[in-house]
Amino acid sequence: MQNSTRKFSGSEWTLDDLLEIERICGQHAQGYGLDVFPNQMEVITSEQMLDCYVSSGLPVNYGHWSFGKQFLIESGKYQSGQNALAYEIVINTNPCIAFLMEGNSLAMQTLVIPHACYGHNSFSKGNYLFKQWTQPDAVLDYMIFARNYVADCEERFGLDRVEQTLDALHALRDQGLDKYKRPRKLDTRKERAEQAKRLLTAQETMRQAEYFSVTPHQAKASSTEAVFPASPEENLLYFIEKHAPKLEPWQRELARIVRKIAQYFYPQRQTQVMNEGWATFWHHRLINDMYDAGQIDQGILLECLHSHTNVIRQPEYTRLNPYALGFAAWNEIKRVCEKPTDEDREYLPDIAGKDWLETFHDIMQNYRDESFLLQFVTPKLVRDFRLMHIQTREGQDHWTVSNTAGPEGFKSIRSQLAAQYRLETWMPEISVVRYGRDSDRKLVLQYQSYQGRSLVEEQTVQTLKQLRTLWGFDVRLEAVDQHGSVLRTY
Amino acid sequence: MTSVIVDRRVDKGKSAANRQRVLKRLDSALKAQVDKLIARKKLKEHDVSVEVSIERKDIKEPSFGLDAATGHLGRVVPGNEHYRVGDKIPRDSSGAQGRGSGSGAGEGQSDDEDNFRFALSREEYLSLLFDELELPPLLKKDLLEIDENRFRRGGVVRYGNPGTVCVARTFKASIGRRVAAEAQHEEAIEAARAALNIALADAEPTAVWAAEAELQEVQQRHADIPFLDPVDLRHRALIEVQAPRTAAVMFCLMDVSSSMDETRKDLAKRFFTLLYLFLSRKYEKVELVFIRHTDQAQEVDEDTFFNGTQAGSTKVVSALIKMHEVIALRYPASHYNIFGAQASDGDSFGADSTDSSAYLLSQLLPYSRYFVYAEVGDRPETGSTSLWSAYSDIQAEHFNMAAVRSRTEVYPALAKLFQREQPA
Repeated sequence: MQNSTRKFSGSEWTLDDLLEIERICGQHAQGYGLDVFPNQMEVITSEQMLDCYVSSGLPVNYGHWSFGKQFLIESGKYQSGQNALAYEIVINTNPCIAFLMEGNSLAMQTLVIPHACYGHNSFSKGNYLFKQWTQPDAVLDYMIFARNYVADCEERFGLDRVEQTLDALHALRDQGLDKYKRPRKLDTRKERAEQAKRLLTAQETMRQAEYFSVTPHQAKASSTEAVFPASPEENLLYFIEKHAPKLEPWQRELARIVRKIAQYFYPQRQTQVMNEGWATFWHHRLINDMYDAGQIDQGILLECLHSHTNVIRQPEYTRLNPYALGFAAWNEIKRVCEKPTDEDREYLPDIAGKDWLETFHDIMQNYRDESFLLQFVTPKLVRDFRLMHIQTREGQDHWTVSNTAGPEGFKSIRSQLAAQYRLETWMPEISVVRYGRDSDRKLVLQYQSYQGRSLVEEQTVQTLKQLRTLWGFDVRLEAVDQHGSVLRTY
Repeated sequence: MTSVIVDRRVDKGKSAANRQRVLKRLDSALKAQVDKLIARKKLKEHDVSVEVSIERKDIKEPSFGLDAATGHLGRVVPGNEHYRVGDKIPRDSSGAQGRGSGSGAGEGQSDDEDNFRFALSREEYLSLLFDELELPPLLKKDLLEIDENRFRRGGVVRYGNPGTVCVARTFKASIGRRVAAEAQHEEAIEAARAALNIALADAEPTAVWAAEAELQEVQQRHADIPFLDPVDLRHRALIEVQAPRTAAVMFCLMDVSSSMDETRKDLAKRFFTLLYLFLSRKYEKVELVFIRHTDQAQEVDEDTFFNGTQAGSTKVVSALIKMHEVIALRYPASHYNIFGAQASDGDSFGADSTDSSAYLLSQLLPYSRYFVYAEVGDRPETGSTSLWSAYSDIQAEHFNMAAVRSRTEVYPALAKLFQREQPA
C-alpha cells in the first residue's frame, strides 16, 4: 500500500484510515504470534450501540419485549449521563465482528481496533472455553434461524402465546447451561433437519398418547419405582425441553433456542478478567509499537494513554475493576518471566524465567478467571492493589478483616480472590432431582445452598410461577444444605 | 485473511419493533401516567413528546438469584490503607463494602432505582391519549400527522426535474432565443453575400473561393442553431405554502362551583384538550381564553382555571356575558374564528338556564363559528338538567351539546364539529 509510511495524526478519520490502522496493527500483532479470525469492523451510531447492548453484541436476535425494555433502560441511562457508552463491542464470531462507535476520535479508534480486533479476537480464537463451548462460524446463521423461527411461531401460534413462553423460558435462562458437559455444535442446516424430525416424533408420541392420558395420581408411599432422573440434571431448560409433559413441539423448540443462546455466552462470563486484561495488554503494546514505528504521532499516543489510564483505574474500597486486575495480572506474568525475584520463584516457579510470549499464549489458551487468578496472581500484585479480604455472616453488623496483603496471608487471599470469580457466587446452582413421571408428574428441584445463602424470596416465587406454566404440573423447589437436609421448600 | 470495514450507520430502527412490544406491555402503566400528565399539563403542551417514568416492578423479569444479605459473605477489596487483620468495619458504612457481590462477572441490572424514565414520542403519547377517547381511526390519523407545509405550483424557474417541464414556456423561450440568434446570423449572411457579390464582380478566383467559404460557414452556423436548447427549459416551480393563515380563538367556559369534582374536571379537561388539538391542526394560531364561573365569571389563566377553587352558587349566564365582553374587547369576529366550549355539570337555578339559552342564541351564536356544550358527570340527571333542557331549544347548525359521562363520550361530543370541519 502506498500510504504505509503515513503517520496518523489529528482526530478525524475515514473508513479507509480505520482499515489501514487495522492492517498496521495486524503487522505488529503477527510479530507476537497473535492468531486471529479475519476482522470485520462495523462503524455504528450510538443508537446502534444500544441495540448491541441489548443483544449482547449479537447483530441478529429474535423479537421480544424484554429487549425493548433493556433498550429503554440503557438509553435512559445514556441520555441522563449516568452511563457512557462503550467505545466498541466485539463478539466471538468468524469473521470477528467489531462494532466501533462513530463518535470515537481517531485516537480512540486507534485504541479500540487493537483492543477488539487483536486482543479479544485472538483470545476468543485461542481460549479453550471458547473453543469448546462456542462455534464462531455458526452462531450468526443460528441467530438468523432463531429469529425466523420465533417470527414464524408468532405468526402461527399468536404473539401472546409466544411471548408468554419466552417470558417463562427467559426466567430460567441461567439454569439452561451445561456447565460440565460440552454442548453439541451449532449447525443450522442440521438443526433444521433435526427440528423437522423432532416435530414428527413428538406428534407421533402425542398420538400414541397412553403415556399422557394416564391420569396423574398420587405416588404410593412405598413406591419402588426408580427415581427419575437417575442423577440430578443441572440444565433445567434441557430437562423441560425433553420432559415437560404439556409443552407443544414449538415450545420445546423455543426452549432449545433460549438455552443454546445462553450457552453461547457461558465462556464470556468466566473469562472476563483474563479477556479484558489480555485485550488491554495488547492494545497498550500495539499502540506503543505503532508509535515507535512512526505510524502515529505523539498527540494520538497521549490521547490513547489517557483513555488507557482511565480504563485501568481502580478506585479504593470498591468492586475490582476487571480491566485493572487483568491488565496488572498479565503485566506481572511478563515481569515474572523476564525478571523474576526470589519471591516470584518461590510462588510461581513454573513460569519464572520462562519465555514470556510462549507463557502468555499457553496461559491465554488454557485458563479461565478462577484458575488464572489462583495460579498467576503474584505477591507484588496483591501488594500493589493493597488487597484485603473481609468477611461477615448473616445477622452480623460488621465485617471482619481476615486477610491483608502481607506475606502470611498471600496464599489464602489469592484463593479467596479466585473464588470470587466462581459462577456459584452469583448464580445459584439449581438442579432437577425428581420427576414423578409415572405418578403425579411433580417436578422437584434442589438448590444446593452455597455458603449458607438463601434465594431471593420474591424473585424465586415469581420464577417458579413461570416454571409452572411451562411444566403444567406441580413444581417444588427445595433448598438444601451441604448435608442434604432440606432447609425450606418453595 | 482479509479484513473488511462496513459502514453500518445507514441501517436504522432495529429497535423499533421491540419498542412497540414493550409499550404494549406497559399499556396500563403508561395510561396511568397519561392520566397524570393530562392533569398536569397545559392544553398547549400536549402536542410534544413527553417523558414518562415507569416502575421497574411493572416489567420485572424474574430469575433465581442469591440473596446477598444471607449466609457467609466474603469479599476481596482493593485499596486497603487502614485495616489490619482482625479489624471490624461496620457493615453499612459506605466505604469498604462497596456494592454488589464483588464478583467480576455481570450481576444483571442493579436495582438501585425503582423507576426508569424514557421519552414517549408525540405520536406515542397522543395515541395513548386518543385510545381512551376512542377516536375513529381516520381522525386519529389526521391529528397525529404533523402538518407539513404544503407545496403548490408557483411561477416558472429554469431548473427542475424533467417531470415539471412547462412545455409552453419552454417553447416560448426557444423561439425567443432563435429569433435573437438568427437575427445576428442574418446580418452576417447579408454581409457575406455582399462580399461574395463584390468578389464575383471582381472575378478574382481566390477572393471568390474565400467569400464562398465564408458564406457557407455563416449559413452553416445559422443552420446549427438548435430548435431546442437546454437553456430554453422552463419548469413549473413548487413553492412551500403555509397552512391557511387564519386565527382562531377558543373559549373554555367551565363551571367551577363545588359540585364540579375532580372526575368532572378531568372529563372537562379531556374535552378541552381534544378540541384544542383539533383546532390547532386546522388553524395556524389558536388562542385560548379561560373563563370560569360560579355566580360570577372571571377570565383566568389556565392553572387557575383547572386547579383553582372558588366558592359560590352557580350562574351560567355570567360566563356567557363575560365571553361576549372579551370578544368585543379583543377578538373581532371579522379577524377570528370563534369557538366556544362550555363544560358544566348542568347546575343552574331559577331563570338562569333560560336566560343563558336566550343569551347564547342571540348574543354569542351569531359571532361564533361553533359552540359546543358538554354536560359532564355521571349523575342520573346528566343530560336532563334544567340547563340541558333550556339549551335543547336552541336550533342552530353550529351549536351542539352532549352528555359526557365517561372518557369514551368525549369524542362523540365533538364528533359533529369534526365532521363539519375536516382538517384541511
